[in-house]
Amino acid sequence: MHWIILPVVLPALLAPLIGFVMRHDIVLARTASVAGTVTFLAIAVGLTSMAADGTTHVYRLGDWPAPFGIVLVLDRLSALMLLLTATLAVIVLIHAIATGWDARGRHFHALFQFQLMGICGAFLTGDIFNLFVFFEVLLIASYGLMIHSGGKERMRAGLQYVIMNLAGSTLFLFALGTLYASTGTLNIADLAARMPEIPVEEAALVSVASILLMIVFAVKAALFPVQFWLPATYSNAPAPVAALFAIMTKVGAYAILRVHTTVFGPGAPGTESLAGTWLFPAAIVTIAVGAFGVLGARRLMPLIAFSVVGSMGTMLVAVAAFSTTATTAALYYMIHSTLAAACLFLIADLVVTRRSADTLEAEPATVQNGLFAALFFAAAIAMAGMPPLSGFLGKLLVLDALQEPGFMVWAWSAILVGSFLTIVGFARAGSILFWKSTALAVPEEQTDVDVTAEAPPPATTAQVAPVVLTLAALAVLAIFAGPVSAYLDNASAQLFDREGYVEAVLGPVEED
Amino acid sequence: MELIVATTVGVLTAGGVYLLLRLRTFPVILGLALLSYAVNVFLFASGRLAIDQSPILSKYGEATYTDPLPQALVLTAIVISFGMTAVLVMIGLGAYLEAESDRVDIEPETPDANDQGERT
Repeated sequence: MHWIILPVVLPALLAPLIGFVMRHDIVLARTASVAGTVTFLAIAVGLTSMAADGTTHVYRLGDWPAPFGIVLVLDRLSALMLLLTATLAVIVLIHAIATGWDARGRHFHALFQFQLMGICGAFLTGDIFNLFVFFEVLLIASYGLMIHSGGKERMRAGLQYVIMNLAGSTLFLFALGTLYASTGTLNIADLAARMPEIPVEEAALVSVASILLMIVFAVKAALFPVQFWLPATYSNAPAPVAALFAIMTKVGAYAILRVHTTVFGPGAPGTESLAGTWLFPAAIVTIAVGAFGVLGARRLMPLIAFSVVGSMGTMLVAVAAFSTTATTAALYYMIHSTLAAACLFLIADLVVTRRSADTLEAEPATVQNGLFAALFFAAAIAMAGMPPLSGFLGKLLVLDALQEPGFMVWAWSAILVGSFLTIVGFARAGSILFWKSTALAVPEEQTDVDVTAEAPPPATTAQVAPVVLTLAALAVLAIFAGPVSAYLDNASAQLFDREGYVEAVLGPVEED
Repeated sequence: MELIVATTVGVLTAGGVYLLLRLRTFPVILGLALLSYAVNVFLFASGRLAIDQSPILSKYGEATYTDPLPQALVLTAIVISFGMTAVLVMIGLGAYLEAESDRVDIEPETPDANDQGERT
């Protein structure tokens, strides 16, 4: 039963091998990276089918019993996250190789594998300090990927991103110290078991730790008021990296879901309703920030980055309800928004590299204008949440889950108005980029030599394939919404089953 | 003892936050280093302060002990923050050499008049 640790060990072994042995041979590095990522996808499928029966699988590192050693925990939710990561990784890798992004700097594939290692570890771990360590692993790899292939704006945006996250990591450590000082443990299951027995005088300290952790995860999930790093980072990162980062915001959302339901969930004195109280208004403002950003963006990449902010807001509104139905909706929307955001970044890369600059200004139509317009249209429909793709179903589920009087007015108006503004923003961008450009003739005074020399090459099948694959995945997600949401229903029921989680990790509870 | 540790953490954090809010790379890096020192001392104290105690349980007698786990956590945190600071210095240097400016805020539309770097 060593399957559970493989998503962490496989990239951890592969990355140094690629970095040290294959660094001078890009073909070899590509082959190894693709082979590793496809293997990871196969493992993720296997783990998901293993977790689908509802048992919480626990892997004890070094076979140390739970509160003393570090455990990895595989349940339906973490298996789902692994599967999503693996799917996204394969798609992004194909794009990076087909467009040659991976050869524009060094060590793309090694960093890519380290990034996967960190993300998988964060999804699997059952120990909060270990979560911190995996956060650092995925962050340090993302620093490298963020500034891949260099450039002035990218380096400066990368520096901001690093500073922001280092400050976040420091806050994470403060939160962990506070939590350890008041509970004496950092194992998630052990914390969940001890939380109801916290003495009243320690409860305030635990609340502080809970909110500090919330802020740390909010930084990762780009929640207002700590969302400001995201647009600069995503729009200046290399496009395949930005597409991969679509899963990074979800690491933050996953951590909120895991920690603030299992540890600080119902029954924990002082903290049980704390998370929802703060998360809900912040998520509402996040939707607004995202929508206005989409409307006001002057370049395509920031526009997509702001739509990611908006989608995180929509997802976290549902998370903030902390109920099983709302969590199901949030998870469905999460799968959708990850794929939709990645899809948009990949299309934007194909479009922007064929234009003179990434500005939303009409330019003479480039090659394959119709194809790019169609793909962008489909992806924008998905992101804005219109039928027939899964975004519509996702938003419908979120709206349906938030029918309590306290939530309904704010959530419905924010999501509906936000969606409308997003549609307007995308329609504006799309019509400027693809429609107005057809009306502009190529300037006649240019010599033929210039035109032929500057004409960008049309996109090859391999370059378009990842985008089409992602759109197909979104369509499949919409068609099989029934089975998927049944699985997610079970996943969120399992997430809220604190006793089951504690018992699986710590062994049968002794009554005393 | 408690007062000294608490004051140290407080002063280091305050200094760290102040430097972090500066606009140039070097003070920000120093600020993050101060913050990481503060958090290391803080983590060390999270197992309660015990003086002259060994970090192991004694089989003989009722001897108290100091909690060994925070020491392990601090060790991990030190290693990580050391590595991260190195990465940050390299990226900061890279950004400075590329942009010819060590400002950490991005203002591509309205470049600062004091900025000696080229205007975008």
